[in-house]
Amino acid sequence: MDWTALWLSMRLAGWTVAVLLPVAVLMGRFLAYRSFGGKGLVEALVMLPLVLPPTVFGFYLLVAFGRNSPVGGLWQNLFGHQLVFSFEGLVVASVIFNLPFAIQPAQRGFEAIPAEVREAASCCGMSPLASLWKVELPLAWPGLMTAMVLTFAHTLGEFGIVLMVGGSIPGETRTIAIAIYDRVQAFDGQAAAIMSAVLVAISLFTIALTYWLSARMGRRLS
Amino acid sequence: MQTNRSMPVLLARFAALVLGALPAMAQDDRPVVAAASDLHFAVAEIAEAFSVETSMQVRLIFGSTGNFSRQIREGAPFEMYMAADESFVAGLHAEGLTRDEGDLYALGRVVLVAPNGSSLTPDESLDNLAQMLAEGTITRFAIANPDHAPYGMRAMESLITKGIWDDLQPVMVLGENVSQAAQFALSGNAEGGIIAYSLALAPEASTRGTYALIPEDWHEPLRQRMVLMNGAGEVAEAFYAYMQEPTAREIMERYGFVLPENE
Repeated sequence: MDWTALWLSMRLAGWTVAVLLPVAVLMGRFLAYRSFGGKGLVEALVMLPLVLPPTVFGFYLLVAFGRNSPVGGLWQNLFGHQLVFSFEGLVVASVIFNLPFAIQPAQRGFEAIPAEVREAASCCGMSPLASLWKVELPLAWPGLMTAMVLTFAHTLGEFGIVLMVGGSIPGETRTIAIAIYDRVQAFDGQAAAIMSAVLVAISLFTIALTYWLSARMGRRLS
Repeated sequence: MQTNRSMPVLLARFAALVLGALPAMAQDDRPVVAAASDLHFAVAEIAEAFSVETSMQVRLIFGSTGNFSRQIREGAPFEMYMAADESFVAGLHAEGLTRDEGDLYALGRVVLVAPNGSSLTPDESLDNLAQMLAEGTITRFAIANPDHAPYGMRAMESLITKGIWDDLQPVMVLGENVSQAAQFALSGNAEGGIIAYSLALAPEASTRGTYALIPEDWHEPLRQRMVLMNGAGEVAEAFYAYMQEPTAREIMERYGFVLPENE
């Protein structure tokens, strides 16, 4: 059992969730309440990582963040190491790849709030921020929790992108999914079996959690 | 209102859980050594001996030589590169990415393997393979991807020499690197494959099948060269030197490598 790899995956998932939580709240809320020209396009862009092969995405990331790109060069100057093949690079990749998993459930959560409730809040003299904190978030939280749990679980399962931009460096970019791949190649079926079972257990738990949350959300609305 | 109380509490708990996962970003400064897949067991054993003897440690990663050279061009933070074919080292050296032209550390060999229970019986001349192929009893045959894996290139050359490369195409499965090819070949899901001698000799693999050495003049030599990268530190330098010392050489020989001076 490669505990370093499991811990690395957990940290990667934690960072991804931390970065995406505010994004999910702002974007989810925006997409839920507003209608504007080109909204369909924005929603399609958010959903794109869901259907895009990770290799396509990994390839673009290598091009966009590689040593010779402006972003990669700037990062190298600021932090003294490359963005690709680093933990930070994985976080960037993971954040972008998890956009649909974070924004979509959050948007559903906000959409489920009846318009009258929000109108009542503003009639009572609540500022938008107060309304968000005291009225909307309490009502939308099952959607937000679903978003965060799904993002966390999906990050643990990421493989293709990590393989392309990670480089399998122990303690930096060797996630649990990559470690399983490496162990299989090393004829270490036992370690692969244990790590796979751990991932199955974690994934099953998180999926069960999301179902439970969405059931709660359904009950509240009915 | 019940939800009003429970929501912030739950969110806070979740945030604590998430943030708890954030620290422990302690910098791991053990150098990363990128080694060709045929070294999977041999160099892992050498690194073990190295850390016992010197109490210094390296982080080993294994993969295809060609992939590593691409990753080094893209800025991968490796301090040492152990290629299965020296042309990749020469390419990086020409681009100024390595400290020098490196050193030859081993000559590799390829073997025909068949898993236990396979109808294929490996022989040096590949006659049995050719015959079974003609009879249509070979359904899957594994080699490493010849596009970027040196052991895949040598496997391809051997099969071309034998004159059965084209006939094998319909049943060929390609591993991303030679240890994946070995895993394919010995998993029992293929009749066999051509892999590195060093992998066939590893205890983890040798119990799973039988092998036969392919004549070395059937393919270009596998001249394996290692090199330190520009950013290499002291530990990487020490490991590089250790590779040329008796302990490491003895281990390499045990895994079937021919060492440069013993040619």
